Amino acid sequence: MDQFEVKVFIRLRPSVLDPAGEAIKSASSKLGVAGIKSLRIGKMIEVKLESNEEDIKANIELLCDRLFANTVIEDYEYSINKL
Amino acid sequence: MASFTVGIVVFPGSNCDRDVSWALEGCLDIKTKFLWHESSDLNEVDSIVLPGGFSYGDYLRCGAIARFSPLINSLHDFVKSGRRVLGICNGFQILTESGFLPGALVANKNLNFICDDVDLNVITSKGGWFQKLNEKQNIKLPIAHGEGRYHCDQDTLKKLTDNDLIALKYKTNPNGSTSDIAGITNEKGNVLGLMPHPERACDESIGGIDGLYTLKSLITQ
Repeated sequence: MDQFEVKVFIRLRPSVLDPAGEAIKSASSKLGVAGIKSLRIGKMIEVKLESNEEDIKANIELLCDRLFANTVIEDYEYSINKL
Repeated sequence: MASFTVGIVVFPGSNCDRDVSWALEGCLDIKTKFLWHESSDLNEVDSIVLPGGFSYGDYLRCGAIARFSPLINSLHDFVKSGRRVLGICNGFQILTESGFLPGALVANKNLNFICDDVDLNVITSKGGWFQKLNEKQNIKLPIAHGEGRYHCDQDTLKKLTDNDLIALKYKTNPNGSTSDIAGITNEKGNVLGLMPHPERACDESIGGIDGLYTLKSLITQ
């Protein structure tokens, strides 16, 4: 068994309106930073786990597809780092 | 034969379970039984309500964690058997997260928690959940949600429309829901998910009785 550190990024699909992102975009402009074209909020989940190297991808896919993200509204991607 | 019993599921964080019980027992004289989410035995109940609230603190997404409870696991066979399931508010969110109903509920467009009475059009007669007196029936029910914006893709919307699965539409869309949708049913009509709260409209003294018919229809077989 090996140790892994996985970072999962979850973001709303482009077709889903992100009103909180819009609110932050509006606040950002008040700092005087011009030119923000788009701002959308996502989530990042950090997982440390023990797994066989051959199973790690399937385990993370299962977690992402069934729990971490709702694929009706969200997309996900992840990076796997062996410790 | 034992009297008809409606099971009301209690998750950690449910907060409308007692309201549903009050409406069913007190206003309609229908027997209820609370079902802790860890129970998987649904033999003693004839229909089920997933009540509103904040199951598991709405962690991750509303309804995302409730989906993994033993009770929801047993619900698949219960639904297949044709018995009725009504998901109200957080219950609706759980039904979409669990795949019983298509689409998802996301944050209201204006980001506000909306607590109001809303006018609704009854769209479908599928499942007989609403008294359809004429073509343009309207009812008024309370809503109370921060994440009630129904979202689905165009293919799903077409399927909902073509198969007459849209139960209720807002007359004035409060939250940005796709196609003004406030509630939908499954194809068989025995599962209904609603953002409005029928249990809060069961007595004239608290503002209306438009929710009575839907709750009463839980005992239709």
